[in-house]
Amino acid sequence: MSLTTPSTVRPLPQVTWGRVRQSRRTADRIMKVTAAGFTFLAIFVLFWILGMLVVKGLGGLSAATFTQITPGPGSEGGGLANAIVGSMVLTFLGIAVATPIGVLAGTYLAEYGKGSKLADLIRFINDILLSAPSILIGLFVYVIMVEPLGGYSGWAGGVALGIIAIPVIVRTTEDMLRLVPGPLREAGSALGAPPSVVITSITWRAAKSGMVTGILLALARIAGETAPLIFTALNNNFWFSPNLLGGVSNLPVTIYQFASAPYENWQQLAWAGSLIITVSILVLSIIARRIVRGGK
Amino acid sequence: MAAVTDQMAPGAHVARKTPKGTFDIVFRNASFLSALFVLVLLAGIMLSMVIGGWPAFREMGLGFLTSSVWDTQNDQYGALPAIVGTLSTALIALVIGVPLSLGIAVYLTQLAPPWFKQPVSTAIELLAAVPSIIYGMWGLFVFVPLWAAYVQVPLSNIIEGMPIIGTVLYSRSPSGLGILTAGIILAFMIIPFIASIVRDMLDQIPSVLRESAYGIGATTWEVVRHVLVPQAGVSIIGAVMLGLGRALGETMAVTFVVGNANRLSASIMDPGSTIASRIANEFNEALGLQLNALIALGCILFFVTFVVLVIARILVARVKAF
Repeated sequence: MSLTTPSTVRPLPQVTWGRVRQSRRTADRIMKVTAAGFTFLAIFVLFWILGMLVVKGLGGLSAATFTQITPGPGSEGGGLANAIVGSMVLTFLGIAVATPIGVLAGTYLAEYGKGSKLADLIRFINDILLSAPSILIGLFVYVIMVEPLGGYSGWAGGVALGIIAIPVIVRTTEDMLRLVPGPLREAGSALGAPPSVVITSITWRAAKSGMVTGILLALARIAGETAPLIFTALNNNFWFSPNLLGGVSNLPVTIYQFASAPYENWQQLAWAGSLIITVSILVLSIIARRIVRGGK
Repeated sequence: MAAVTDQMAPGAHVARKTPKGTFDIVFRNASFLSALFVLVLLAGIMLSMVIGGWPAFREMGLGFLTSSVWDTQNDQYGALPAIVGTLSTALIALVIGVPLSLGIAVYLTQLAPPWFKQPVSTAIELLAAVPSIIYGMWGLFVFVPLWAAYVQVPLSNIIEGMPIIGTVLYSRSPSGLGILTAGIILAFMIIPFIASIVRDMLDQIPSVLRESAYGIGATTWEVVRHVLVPQAGVSIIGAVMLGLGRALGETMAVTFVVGNANRLSASIMDPGSTIASRIANEFNEALGLQLNALIALGCILFFVTFVVLVIARILVARVKAF
């Protein structure tokens, strides 16, 4: 039976099968070529952007870029020293605001709030804040800080960047703490350690590299943010005052203002700044990815 | 012996417990308050937009949504061109970006050789790490001149006078800037977000399903079309909505290439503006009612993206559970 069936059945399907197969194969091939083509298009755009930055940015890079301050309208030369330092100050201010809040909130969601409705709601809202437009956060900080305090300041810029960083840190902290196996916590509790001690000296320690990754990712996310700074820290062409009041120079807004300006040295500095900022961010994200992969 | 420890233990415990107990309570409350802060943030953003924009809403009434006048001299403001610009750039970004993202996700999960998968994945994710302003620079200085010379000018010559296409794709001043240009740049900015979520979804689908489809002789295309897409269906829509949320609020890149003109045009090749680009452009010079009008624009953007993101998260979360 099993031997005879194929031999009697075989000829019939082969006729129809063969005809269908051609069109199915064509459809399959078209899909494969399209999918591969789309992927290479996206990678091509990435390398196009990076290539453009290297070609146009390297020309503008020199020692002066790192030692001199941004030039005024029409003046010669100049560098980006104040913008680079300002950007670092604002970014670290943002991370300093966001890290304690983000880590503690992520800890609450992962450790204390398990199964509670409120924690679910907070997690949901956090995910929404994660993709909320950064320009709205800039406007928000303008309304609550810049307008009442009577002027642009580095503090407002740092707070705006911090608010953008918080959801990133909350999310990664929670995800990383959830990966810590439960028996580890139980062992700590069995020794008589209260929950706070279990969390700080056992769970956090076990999830440390993942939590650091979250902070690095947040750093990479806010380092290039431009829109929120336009409404908060603004920019200026001088060294900012140490109390961070008034405009604080920073790379993204400098690039924005210099890129389409009529002065050639401004445009060159915009390209140099773009190269510096993009390379730093890409390096940060790659390091963060390495830590995650090494940890697993 | 046992009695001694029984007597000792409670006393020792109480003596030690007090400092640790306070730390425990402080720590618990600190983390609870930090978590609550996330809620306060969202509520604060919503409130500040509504309150900051209120004078403009009150002054213009419903006309704020339907008028296309933006006259700083006479303090008359209408949001229609910016709203239409925001929606049309985001829509164009989706039309271009979604097929690209799906193709990339399919390539990464089904077609790429294993050694190639990781570097390509990383490259796609790095597209998301490139700051918005860099996309703006690339768009304005590299893409726009090419677009004007090789697409807008020849295309306008061909289609001039044709019905419908002759209007929608005709550029009166082929500068390269415009709604369509902004949509194209946005498409590349949302690709990494959509592609990586869809990739994760496709990876989660049990491989038994795929293998059994291959087992009955399905081609890769048929497996994708009839097994993987129906399985991941809802979450793909969620990922697309997430991309839409990004595209609606994207600021710097759009500001560079959209042309920043306050007009409603029938052609997607013409310059326009979006809510975000309008705010970024005018905010630092705005005073009085203009400032309120800009914040009111932000308020509209907030509610539109909020709704889109809520739907997106619900759809994405539903499938993550399976």
